[in-house]
Amino acid sequence: MELFRLILKNTLRHPLRSILTVFGIAIAISAFGLIRTVIGAWYSGVDASAPNRLITRNAVSLGFSLPLSYREAIRGIPGVADVSYANWFGGIYIDEKHSQFPQFAVDATTWYEIYPEFQLPPEQEAVFKQQRNAAVAGRKLAERFNWKVGDTIQMRGMIFPGEWEFVIRGIYTGEQKSTDETQFHFHYQYLDEKLRQTAPFQAGNVGWYVVKVQNPKQAAEVAEAIDRRFKNSLAETLTETERVFVLGFISMSETILVALRIISMVIIGVILLVLSNTMAMTARERLSEYAVLKTLGFGARHLIVFIIGESLLIALTGGLLGILITYPAANGFERAMGDAMGAIFPAFDVATSTQIICALMALIVGLAASAFPTWRAVQVRIVDGLRRVG
Amino acid sequence: MIIPLNYSFRNLWTRRLTTFLTAGGIALVIFVFSAVLMLANGLEKTLVGTGSDKNAIIVRQGAESEFMSMLDRNAVNIVKSQPEIAVGPEGNRLAASEVVVLINLPKRGSSNPSHVQIRGVAPESLTMRPQVKLVEGRRWRPGLSEVIVGRPVAEGFQGAGLGETIRFGMRDWTVVGVFDAEGAGFESEIWVDAEQLVQAFRRPVFSSITAQLSSAGDFSSLKSRLESDPRLTVEVAREKQYYAEQSEMMATFIRVLGLFVTVIFSLGAMIGAMITMYASVANRTTEIGTMRALGFPRRSILGAFLFESLLLASIGGGIGILLASLLQFVTVSTTNFATFSELAFRFILSPAIVVQSLAFALAMGFLGGFLPAVRASRQKIVEAFRAS
Repeated sequence: MELFRLILKNTLRHPLRSILTVFGIAIAISAFGLIRTVIGAWYSGVDASAPNRLITRNAVSLGFSLPLSYREAIRGIPGVADVSYANWFGGIYIDEKHSQFPQFAVDATTWYEIYPEFQLPPEQEAVFKQQRNAAVAGRKLAERFNWKVGDTIQMRGMIFPGEWEFVIRGIYTGEQKSTDETQFHFHYQYLDEKLRQTAPFQAGNVGWYVVKVQNPKQAAEVAEAIDRRFKNSLAETLTETERVFVLGFISMSETILVALRIISMVIIGVILLVLSNTMAMTARERLSEYAVLKTLGFGARHLIVFIIGESLLIALTGGLLGILITYPAANGFERAMGDAMGAIFPAFDVATSTQIICALMALIVGLAASAFPTWRAVQVRIVDGLRRVG
Repeated sequence: MIIPLNYSFRNLWTRRLTTFLTAGGIALVIFVFSAVLMLANGLEKTLVGTGSDKNAIIVRQGAESEFMSMLDRNAVNIVKSQPEIAVGPEGNRLAASEVVVLINLPKRGSSNPSHVQIRGVAPESLTMRPQVKLVEGRRWRPGLSEVIVGRPVAEGFQGAGLGETIRFGMRDWTVVGVFDAEGAGFESEIWVDAEQLVQAFRRPVFSSITAQLSSAGDFSSLKSRLESDPRLTVEVAREKQYYAEQSEMMATFIRVLGLFVTVIFSLGAMIGAMITMYASVANRTTEIGTMRALGFPRRSILGAFLFESLLLASIGGGIGILLASLLQFVTVSTTNFATFSELAFRFILSPAIVVQSLAFALAMGFLGGFLPAVRASRQKIVEAFRAS
């Protein structure tokens, strides 16, 4: 207790310096936490993936589609419970800046059976299934554009040219926090009928199949059986579990993630420098005091506790403050990025693990910054310490 | 009376460790700051350098990227017969109908698949794009399944090196040449004979037409005629602009993220500089008193301390820029959201970036050093001697 009081008193001897240091650490820690949150948001699709779902797409790339006739062929493969399919629509709503949300033309009869985490009220689902130009939007998306059930919206097709009109007939909510609530679903038939008239070359094709397997343990075998079935055809398939598929997507922006990781390390470096600087000064100023303490019979142990204690006190206070700042910062960031990046960050929350890592970082920095001053305090000979004018 | 600059230099030298730590903090900030600017600059250079002012590109209306665009042979022939299009040395029209498709290829090292753009080109494509030069191997022979690849593709993807084979469209394609395009976006592509590609993928359509204009002024007349032609639904754009627009989203993303990180960083570094300067003022109370007693006015004391802080910042800034300039030897590649394909680009340093970074460093030094310097200049002589 006495010790703690001494440490606190020492810390408050230069209130301005200590406050500035705490503040600097807090800012850096919250930046670190925010970057981790951004990286986590990137991976949120992985947490949302189900082990019993496979994605079958054209082996060449996602830019190529698969014939609609594959559906029955896939359904006949042993181990397959259900098949649904979707097409990437990629339309423009209002303007390009507002359109960064996923729009899928889906098979209305099976889509919500295969994706139970998209929770749509039964009466809305019934209406959606019956009406050709009906659409369903995720909760976050509907909030962003202020859509209500019954609203009519217009989109301009980029991949499928023309003006498209949809009526919002349902709003789904996510089962878990990680569920993407920014998607827009509408009838595949609506798309396909129009394409038969305007661009027959594009009609009768789907972007990818979503396959539900009876037993997740057999996922790999079923995937292999599907790909074998279409080997050497004009449209060879590539089937992966949903998790691998999402990870493949993430790996496309690997470079950005690597850059973010490097930056978060550099941030820790900056904190370390700021705190080390403060501690080095403290030790330099008090070298003669340390000599006096030694003269009075305090051992090296006491000095170590003093210096490390002060360093940790500053670092942990800063860390705690930083963790508290992270929440409003994350909210602000989400809002700032909302319009541009809604598609990339479906779920954006500060995880508990992030808080723990932030606190750990503060602890490590606190210990590391006190290493050099401690060494000097222990090393100093009493005579030199007393002689010194700091 | 002005205090000699040497005073500030010596002070920094006396407290070497503190100087080093503070300058190090500033150097890290400046490193990140200039790296972000260099990256955005490199991305722009790559995409702006991809097009030429003399060329127009024709795509289907509303297609933001070439792989979304579709033009049938009918449309291609109408476009190629326009009078604005230049005539080549052999009397052929300088217009190339190209096919762009995306394929998945595993990256070297990580084996993660990424999308690569394949461009099926006509002989005129190479005439119109003089920046594309073969550096190894040869061009494809007509009628054979042979491709040439950009250098970053050859280095970055499995099976894309010279003499290796890539499988797509139910065929194996041999890589017979590696090309360079002065850092333009074409370097991130695989080039092949368009007719071969159309057959392999059984796509009866082309993606885009690039045409060289007889004179740059002809662009608007070509644009208005084609866009109002009832037989076509096309969009005509200047090639340079078309490719530049594809980088907008990426560049904005890099800038927003970079700016955000830099602002936070600079706060940290400023606080660091402030702590250092406050401490050096507190440690030199007697010195300051002595200088005042010798008759140095407050202004010059303020100046000396500010100069010291600016010096500290410029040392840090200089180190940061030096570190960042090493990044010029690094090529990064990432998926461009607009085209959905892998794009390689470099960190490119420009004099403007050096100036901006140094200005930013000095601004940090000034803001961090101003308050402590004011405190130094305001000390009362008598009290200064009493202290210590």
